[in-house]
Amino acid sequence: MLELTAINSFYGKAHVLNDLSLSVERSEVVSLLGRNGAGKSTTMKSIMQIVTPKTGKVTFLGEDITGMPSHRVAKMGLGYVPEDRRIFTDLTVLENLEVGRQPSREGAVTWTLDMLFDMFPNLAERRQNRGKELSGGEQQMLTIARTLMGNPRLILLDEPSEGIAPLLVEQMANVILQLKEEGLTVLISEQNLHFAQIVAVKAVIIESGTGKYVGSFDDLNAKPEIRDAYLTV
Amino acid sequence: MGLFIAQLLTGLANAGALFMVASGLSLIFGVTRIVNFAHGSFYMLGAFVGYSLLQILPGMVGFWVAMLLAAIVVGVIGVVVELLVLRPIYRAPELFQLVATFGVILVIQDLALMIWGAEDMLGPRAPGLKGVIRIMGEPVPTYDIALIVITPFVALALWYLITKTRVGILVRAATQDREMVSALGVNQTWLFTGVFFLGAALAGLGGAIQLPKGGADLMMDFNILASIFVVVVIGGMGSLPGAYLAAVLISVLNVFGVTYIPQSTLVLMFVVMAVVLMIRPYGLFGREEVAGEHGQVGEVERPFKPAGLNARLMVAAFLFVLALVPFYGSTFSMVLITDVVIFCLFAASLHFILGVGGLVSFGHAAFFGGGAYVAALIVTYSETPMEFALMLAPVGAAMAAVIIGWLCIRLTGVYFAMLTMAFAQLLWSLVYQWGAFTGGDDGLVNIWPSDWLNDTTVYYYLTLIVGVGGILLLRHAAHSPFGYGLRAARDSARQAEAMGIHTKRVQWAAFTFAGAMAGVAGGLFVFSKGSIFPSELEIARSFDALIVVFLGGVKTLSGGVVGGAALETVKDFLTRFEYWRMALGLLIIGVVILAPEGIVGSLRKARESFGRINRPEGEV
Repeated sequence: MLELTAINSFYGKAHVLNDLSLSVERSEVVSLLGRNGAGKSTTMKSIMQIVTPKTGKVTFLGEDITGMPSHRVAKMGLGYVPEDRRIFTDLTVLENLEVGRQPSREGAVTWTLDMLFDMFPNLAERRQNRGKELSGGEQQMLTIARTLMGNPRLILLDEPSEGIAPLLVEQMANVILQLKEEGLTVLISEQNLHFAQIVAVKAVIIESGTGKYVGSFDDLNAKPEIRDAYLTV
Repeated sequence: MGLFIAQLLTGLANAGALFMVASGLSLIFGVTRIVNFAHGSFYMLGAFVGYSLLQILPGMVGFWVAMLLAAIVVGVIGVVVELLVLRPIYRAPELFQLVATFGVILVIQDLALMIWGAEDMLGPRAPGLKGVIRIMGEPVPTYDIALIVITPFVALALWYLITKTRVGILVRAATQDREMVSALGVNQTWLFTGVFFLGAALAGLGGAIQLPKGGADLMMDFNILASIFVVVVIGGMGSLPGAYLAAVLISVLNVFGVTYIPQSTLVLMFVVMAVVLMIRPYGLFGREEVAGEHGQVGEVERPFKPAGLNARLMVAAFLFVLALVPFYGSTFSMVLITDVVIFCLFAASLHFILGVGGLVSFGHAAFFGGGAYVAALIVTYSETPMEFALMLAPVGAAMAAVIIGWLCIRLTGVYFAMLTMAFAQLLWSLVYQWGAFTGGDDGLVNIWPSDWLNDTTVYYYLTLIVGVGGILLLRHAAHSPFGYGLRAARDSARQAEAMGIHTKRVQWAAFTFAGAMAGVAGGLFVFSKGSIFPSELEIARSFDALIVVFLGGVKTLSGGVVGGAALETVKDFLTRFEYWRMALGLLIIGVVILAPEGIVGSLRKARESFGRINRPEGEV
């Protein structure tokens, strides 16, 4: 469904992604693992074309999307949840959701406000509150809900468990499992191996912007040397 | 009491047009982050287009249809400007966009001159609303009452659009984080175009609707610019209620000012602004501006390098040629070069705070004109020798810079820029309205140098020595520890603070130093011309310097000087044509789009890529 072929991405002159390749199949939950600064967020941004890869190719649904404007990528059914949340703090919860709204899409779940408020009861209570009045966890929920309003086929979750209270991490894991049940394809970047294992089956490990490992978590657990080399601090 | 109410109503009526224009500016800024200097031009176009439409459309219905059509026509013109000029440069640094919109002002000025001619047009009165009604015995024009009623409806419609509709929600979201909006599937390019249409249409409506009260003339664009900036700054960038409140405040104050203190009407507005900003630095309803919000981080600055031996030899040779001009050149060439050198010093001083300090000042003419006026006033009112007056010019300018700097430095970005411009306008209005002391519009004349300097050749040498000396001093300062501190504050204020640099103080000092050097240029200027007029303090003068720095290249040390020489020479050539403003405007827009590095920057880039061709990779 989504395929990255030998992409190279830069921030100014810094070479962040180095010939990175990975693929995500339909209805799969893939976890992108790696240390701080390994290039996880840049990978997400390169898929979304917020950062345009200098060389290499990104295809989505068989179409080459490299260099396409972000809004067209989103219109194809790629949903993006950034790591730094980036909710619109001056807008209310409902208005935030409105920004994300897109027409329903064939072959993807059509999310309604009711469905989202069922999934995120906190947001239902705070629908008239402004983004800046929400707690960190609520903001994180809102970013996910906002992206779901676009009825995505595939959702990119950039470190959803980062910086939220432990109690909410569990809730977050449930949300992702729910998305999986709905048949959504998910690419999730994580530093938290434990969290990643709960939600995902397949793991992709990157280090210095290069792919180091692709395989199932079962397989990974059998190879502690890989885990020690690329994940533990 | 009757008079009081009548005046209050006049003020409220005047606030209508001001609010419409200012809210358009605020809206455009909110979403595109561009301070549209051409907004005054849209206002002017609204008046002219409305005037022409009123010739064809008769009657009461015709009048209001003409108003709406004028708004739409100007909105469409705004879209054309957005598509052709701004769209290619959305990712460029702030200053480039400002300069481009200034180019648009020049083009529109000449277009209006071509189509409507130079004569002022008296607006026809609104059919059906020609009379006056008496309120407590005082006559109040019916049209004023109509405006007072209409304005809140326009404001309400705008408020509804912004807060309740999907488009409005997207606009507000884009104001905060354009990149994220795009990642959620919204095509922001069309959002920008739409906002530009709306903003320009509002300005056009403001221009058209004031026709029965004022009229249409070619000065409207600059005349309203300062007022709408003041309104937007007082109200807070991007706030509609703020814009309305500030427009009412300024207009009412203005009407009362005219009655009770007629000499100070222009000054009053700026005093109010200064007071508001001292209490609330981001305006009544504004929020703090966050520098480098998502997706707008500029390129990494490259350090300035001291000139190499080759460059030094070239400059020395060039100066030698200049020094010999009196022996082979004409008197005209000496006068031209004198002008150019003075202007270069002025531009270099702006470049110092802008390029080296990273502070975009829109009011640098305050110190150029300020220095000139200080010298001229001293010579006029006391028996002070000219040499001493010339030395006092930078002192006076520095004193002005200390005060203005203290008030402005605490702000950053657009607020800083607008505030500096407002203070320059304050100084201008002081000089303009205090006719008894400054000569007002007639200026001060007969300000000649002492006898021994009163000769084109001698004055040429004086200018050359002082001017070049000043430029070298500025350059030296950029390479001194003080210059390092200033650059550190520009590149990363937080890190500089952490290293123990008091960034605001360094910037304040730099602002003052640059002001003093502009004052030197002003002093040289007044004695070379023998006279001084308020136009040397105008917005247009500040812009001249900005354009020059930009043309030369912001990120290069010699940018100011090269740009100054280029602009003065080009102007000398262009002003021979009738429509030189349009030519200059198009030139500026062309440079912004095609050679955004400026002259020096582009040359350097060309040389570097040339060098790369000659030198295969790996062999550095």
